[in-house]
Amino acid sequence: MDSHSYRTPLGRARGLGSAHTGVGRFIGERATSVALVPLSLWAIYAGLKIAPLGYDGAVAFLQSPLNAVLAVLLIAVSVSHMDMGMRVIIEDYIHKPLSKVVLLLLSTGVSWTFGALGIVSVLKVALISAGTH
Amino acid sequence: MAASIATRASGVALYVGVLIVAGLATALAAGPDAYGVYTALLGSPLGMVVLFGLTVSIFYHLAAGLRHLAFDSGKGFLPATANATAWASFAFAAVASVLVWAGYFLLSGH
Repeated sequence: MDSHSYRTPLGRARGLGSAHTGVGRFIGERATSVALVPLSLWAIYAGLKIAPLGYDGAVAFLQSPLNAVLAVLLIAVSVSHMDMGMRVIIEDYIHKPLSKVVLLLLSTGVSWTFGALGIVSVLKVALISAGTH
Repeated sequence: MAASIATRASGVALYVGVLIVAGLATALAAGPDAYGVYTALLGSPLGMVVLFGLTVSIFYHLAAGLRHLAFDSGKGFLPATANATAWASFAFAAVASVLVWAGYFLLSGH
């Protein structure tokens, strides 16, 4: 701190405090964590279930509405959670402003692009009957 | 310390895991040929190592996540308790992963 500054301590602190957006992120991280407890266990169940089935079995699995909905929720909540988690890691370890912004944009872009691809693919398999191939 | 960095490391592994799952859904939507190629990759020795690593990561990150939700509510901060739950998380991840994979191979007859 510059001891010769004429600015008061209050003046220096103004604008550097809470951005008032932390609570939303804190709650979002916890809410997605709680949702992923059952969803990640279902992911293991689903993986074990479709592993021996082959193409037709995997299609039939996703044509059950419950499985399709859980798959969409799994991908959407996971992408949201991993976007927030990777943001924390990047902000903790990468301090060069340009590198940080590039990595944050890249991580968010990659996670949501793959997430959208996954969700649209699940919906396509779930909603379009297997006979059209 | 180790438990904390393992939570982050397993989280990064699961980040890649979600991309792999999204890729699997995409391959399934693309048709039988793409799905066959993709699942053959996942079923190769390297693919199975990756899938086993993801299984460990899911179980570890799950246990660590529950531990952190307890921390958030102000519980489990005593050093003895925090150490015990850290070891329990590692043990749970190892045991649950081996049980799931052993159970799969035994029941599916591979």
